[in-house]
This record gives sequence, structure tokens and C-alpha cells, in this order.
Amino acid sequence: MANSTEESALSTSAVGAEIEDERRAEAVRGEPPFTVNPPSGDAFGAALKDAIISALIALALAGPMVGLRTETAIGGLSLTQNWMPVAAIVAVVFFGRLFLTLFVWGRSSGIRSVAATSFRLLPSGTQLSNWKVPGLIGAIAFTIVMPFLPFADRYWMDQAIVILTYCMLGWGLNVVVGLAGLLDLGYVAFYAVGAYSFALLATNFDLGFWVCLPMAGILAAGWGLILGFPVLRLRGDYLAIVTLAFGEIIRVVIINWYDFTNGPDGISGIPRPTLFGIPFDRSDEGFAAIFGLEYSSIQRIIFLYYIILVLALITNFVTLRLRRLPVGRAWEALREDEIACRSLGINTTNTKLTAFATGAMFGGFAGSFFATRQGFISPESFTAIESFIILAVVVLGGLGSQLGIVIAVIFLNTAFEVLRELQEYRMLIVGLAMVLIMVWRPRGLISTRHPSITLKGKAKAVRAELVGEGSG
Amino acid sequence: MTRWQSDPILTVEHLTMRFGGLVAVDDLSFTVGRGDITAIIGPNGAGKTTVFNCITGFYKPTEGRIAIALDKADPPTMDRLTASGARLSADRNILLLDRMPDFEIARDAKVARTFQNIRLFGGMTVLENLFVAQHNKLMVASNYTIGGIFGLASYRKGQAAALERAKYWLEHIDLIERADDPAADLPYGDQRRLEIARAMCTEPRLLCLDEPAAGLNPRESAQLNKLLRFIRDEHGISVLLIEHDMGVVMEISDHIVVLDYGEKISDGAADAVRNDPKVIAAYLGVEDEEVDAVEQEVMQ
Repeated sequence: MANSTEESALSTSAVGAEIEDERRAEAVRGEPPFTVNPPSGDAFGAALKDAIISALIALALAGPMVGLRTETAIGGLSLTQNWMPVAAIVAVVFFGRLFLTLFVWGRSSGIRSVAATSFRLLPSGTQLSNWKVPGLIGAIAFTIVMPFLPFADRYWMDQAIVILTYCMLGWGLNVVVGLAGLLDLGYVAFYAVGAYSFALLATNFDLGFWVCLPMAGILAAGWGLILGFPVLRLRGDYLAIVTLAFGEIIRVVIINWYDFTNGPDGISGIPRPTLFGIPFDRSDEGFAAIFGLEYSSIQRIIFLYYIILVLALITNFVTLRLRRLPVGRAWEALREDEIACRSLGINTTNTKLTAFATGAMFGGFAGSFFATRQGFISPESFTAIESFIILAVVVLGGLGSQLGIVIAVIFLNTAFEVLRELQEYRMLIVGLAMVLIMVWRPRGLISTRHPSITLKGKAKAVRAELVGEGSG
Repeated sequence: MTRWQSDPILTVEHLTMRFGGLVAVDDLSFTVGRGDITAIIGPNGAGKTTVFNCITGFYKPTEGRIAIALDKADPPTMDRLTASGARLSADRNILLLDRMPDFEIARDAKVARTFQNIRLFGGMTVLENLFVAQHNKLMVASNYTIGGIFGLASYRKGQAAALERAKYWLEHIDLIERADDPAADLPYGDQRRLEIARAMCTEPRLLCLDEPAAGLNPRESAQLNKLLRFIRDEHGISVLLIEHDMGVVMEISDHIVVLDYGEKISDGAADAVRNDPKVIAAYLGVEDEEVDAVEQEVMQ
């Protein structure tokens, strides 16, 4: 491994001693803790061998521990066999190990030099580094096939939907807080506006989900502008307080405007989404009947899962794209230094408003999804704690990092689920865990910033301490 | 007749700026000649940066008129515009900066500025800094984001042009090798040059530099002189600068305005100002007849 590192360092042209040292250090850091057979020469073969050995170790460990379970039965202990999870563990270890050796640990050796050296102009996802592309494809492929995997029962599908909803909300808020640096404590207001827009349009005008979805987004974006105007001149703590108040105002209006929103009783009978007009029910025109399947309620859940998956992916890709466009760069510049922005002729008012409106629009989409999934909404779903959780996700993940948000959402959701039995101590433990994470990584889990445009192909990530946090 | 009298790009008249009871700038009038390097000098607290902030719109002047003429303009036209209450003339030639917000001054009046304490976007790369400076052009090229999202050809062309302009300036400030490094990682002198390049990427007519040579070593100062001359001679940009480094000021300035306590005490070509007894008195704080003796001391 050391050998190939040296070679790649030499083959790259402009390498100072410093960079070389850095690379070597990185190579050492990246060394797997116990390499069975270092990948040299035929890298793939070696990685495969390494992965097989790891999988065998996993099998040896998981077999007795997970595969065989003793249970008290009448007349003594009985042994139950449980091989599905073992197979899953072994598969995860095998593919995970293979993936890590090939794309993560191996990137300091030959694989890294595959990176195109030319300038990459297209503001799409093309600037992701090497190991991220297969990682991204793998992750998306997994989310697409997930509903058909053996473990995916009703519980797991619900969890996946919740995780994706929060990812979408986190990504939406990330535009405002992470990119533009505007601390928004009232994000749930836009979630509520989206949900109520959909619910009211659907129940009063008999419109379907797909018609209401864009309208809910537009309405939420409009409310984003309405919030944006009064807070343009505010910064930091003052901005946070006003946005917090805005979130509460929306909730209190929903509670008290009984004629319009049905107040605390909420709105029920919100229509379920349909697949090109095909409902997911037992009727003869239902999805199951038309496609000749046996009716099962999970079909609707899987459909909902795909809707939120598509919405979340759209949010993610649009945000990534916007970051590489002038408007996204202006957001980040605003976070770094507002006065410098103005001296360059950037209309900071418009820039802030577009950030608020874009974030609010994604919140509105997520809100209408929430309404159609639940079928019933009430103001109780839109309390300030929701705003705080979404903000916590963004801060915990690392301001501006899309991947960090996913990790933070999965962490928080898992923590909430695992600790469900501890009842009132749950929040205490989750809070403590968050404090510890913030002490360990003050700038969030993924805190580096990737340049939105590069001259020489692959640019280094910008260190967290250089990136501004925004004052507004 | 000098250029700043016959064809001024910037005309400042009766500019007064009060902060409560403090008069930072008092009835100041001067002009900046088209294609000249003009320096504003003066002791600490003379109101130089305040004048800059008034010109670039960061302060709203208490009194006075600040007008920019993108092409040659005569004073009566300017007066008619002032009386009309509008902020720019119908042909968009004359713009009254005292009536415009800061970002419009940069965008429409083509006045770019740098700051005394460098204000780069530290967490963004050198190249990104230069792209942010071309924001308005790129916004149009991206059809205000819509065309950019779909990657239309017009946007790709606009982006390629922006990249060419950025590369051009990076080559002229010798930072092309560091284009992908975070701006905050650059040494101080490079950051100063980058800030000038960033201002130049907005394609200004008038470049305002607030103490560009502060903190530079002699070699870097010489580089700066070269860069400013290049900007004036090759691009025909008028430069207005505040500076304490007399080596820089006397060497490159075509025209010097001296302020003291918010008032203009001298105005003219470098040689005339250098020998103006009022200037010497203001800088050295002594009676005129003692100046020679003190100068001798300072030299040693």
C-alpha cells in the first residue's frame, strides 16, 4: 500500500513535500485496522479475498450469537434457528468491506488518479469524488429495492417514510440555515402551511394530491417571502426570535381560526394519493384488482414510500444544483460576508428572500406529503419542538452538508426508536448524546465544505474552521 | 487644464457627513479624472474612509452630491438631473450615487471597492470568490436560475465566459496556481491582490481601494503598483485610493487630495501636494518653519 502511494505521489506533477506528507499520513490513516492481505497488484482480487475472509469471520461470530437462540420451552430449553439475520449480517460485512477497500481506503492509492484533471464545468453532481459516485448509486439502489427486501414489513416502511420526511425537511432548512446562514427557528410553519394548504384544497375543492402538491409548495414559498420581508434587517439572535415567533403565530392562527381550519379538531378525510387515478383500496377499480394482486394495506405504504423518496431526491438534487448556480453561490457568499456581497452588486434582499422561499417550498411539499399520509392533521403536529428537531438535524449533520443530514436523521430516529421503552428518559438520553456529539464535533458530523466550482478538476474540501456560520 | 477638471468620472460636491454632533466630513468637494489614479491621503481620523463609504453607498451622506458620469458630461445636465429628483439620467450616463443603495452603485454605476480590513469570502475558494463577483452577469446568463437548473446552453456559455475572466485576473495577480484553495488560506498580500481582482471581475469603471498597501512588504508594494498601473493603462479604469504608504502614493498617483479633520487642505498633482506647506504641517503637526528640521530628524 505504501508503495503504490509513493508512486501516485510521484506521478502527480505539482507536489510539494507538504502535500506528499499529507498524502502519506492519509494513506496511513486510511489503512484498515487489520489488513488480511493488502491490495497490491490485482487490487480487485485482493479486495475480494479480504472481503470473503471478513465475511467468514462475521459468519463465525454471528452464527452462534444471532443464528441460534435458546428459548425456555416446556421441559427445558429449546434451540430456535434464525438464519435470515445472519445472512444479512454476512452480506453487509462482505459488501461493505469490499466497498470500503475498493473505494474508501483504496482511494489514496491508484484509484484516486482516475479523477479527471480537466476543468468540470457542468454544475451537476459530476464533481463528486470517486468513492462517492458508487456510494451514491448504491444508496439510491438500496432505497429503491428496500420495500421488496424480506425485512421490510409495515414497521420498517413507516420508519423509512419518517426518515425520508425528516431528510427532506432537513434538506429544505439546510438552504436557509446551512447555505444562506439565516438561523430559522420557525421552519415548522412552512410544514404546517403545506399540510393545511393541501388538506383545505383537497377537502373543499375536491382536488387530488398531485394537483395540490405544487400549489402547497407555491403557497408555502409565498409564506416564506412573507416571513422574509420583516426579518431582512435582523441578524443572529434577533432573527432566531422572530422566526420562532412566526412559527408560533401560524400554529396559534390555525388553532383559533375555527371556521377556516377547524381549529384544534383538525381536518380529517384528507384524500389518499392515487397512481394516475388508481386508488389503493379494496374496490374493483383499486390498485390490487387492476394489477391482479391480492389486496394488502402495505401496497399503499410502499406507494407512499416511493412518493416521499422521489420528493426527497428532488429536494436533494435541486439543492445540490442550486449550490452550483449563481444564486446558490450568492447564498453562501451571504453567509460568509454580507457587506462584501453588497459591494459586489449583489441584491442581498432578493438573495435572502429566495433562500427563505426555496426552503419554505420544500417544507410545503413535505407538509402536503405528511397530510396525505396521515389522512388527518391537527395543529398538534406542528409545535415548536418539530422546528427544533429539524434544526437539530441540520446542525448535528453539519451546516450545509446534505449527507450529514441523512446521517443525523438516521441517528436521531434510531435513538428515538431504540429508547422508546425508556419513556420519559428518552429525551434525556437523546439530548445527552447530542451534547456529546457536539462536543466531539463542534461543527457537525460532516463539517467540510465542497467548492461549487473548480479549476483543476478535483479540489480539496474547505476545512470547517474557515467556513463562516452566518450572522443573520 | 488637468484631466480631473476637464473630464471627471466622479464629482463630489459639498459632501458633508455628520454622525450626531461629530462632523466627519465637512463640505468636501473634489473630482476624480477619467483614467487617473487619484489618491486620498490624510492623517488618521481625517475622514477618508467615511468619504469612501459615502461614495460606495455604505453611508448616506448628510448633505452634498456625488455624481458619476460614465461618459463625458457637462455640469448643467447634472444640475437638471439633480433638480428632477431622479437618480439616473435617461441615457443612464449620469448617476447620482447619494440617491442609490450600495448594491446598485456597484451594479449600475460600476463602482467597485475593496475594504481596509480585507473582506473576502474566506470559506470559499479563490475561484469561487471571483465567480461571486460576476453574480449579476451569471444570473442573467442562467435566466435567473431557471435556465441554469436545466443547464441550458446560454448558461454554459455564460459560465465559460466567467471562468475566462476569472482566469485572466488570476494570472495577473499570480494566483492561478491557488485557484482552488480557500481564500482564507492565502497569505495576507495575496488576499489583498485577490480582493482587487474580485473587484475587477465586476467590470467597474471606477475602482475604489481602501488602503491597498497596508501591511504589505516593499516587494508586495511594488507588485501592487504594477497591478494598479496595469488596471489603469490596459483597462482604462479610473482608480481612487486611500493610502498611508507615501511610496505608493507618490509613485503612482496622477492626482492627490489631502484631507485633515474632514476638510480638504490640498488638491493637485503629486509634486504640488508634496511641497504644500499645509500638507507637511498636517502630517508632521509642527509650525511651518520647523518642518525642515523635523524632516531632517525623520530622515535619520
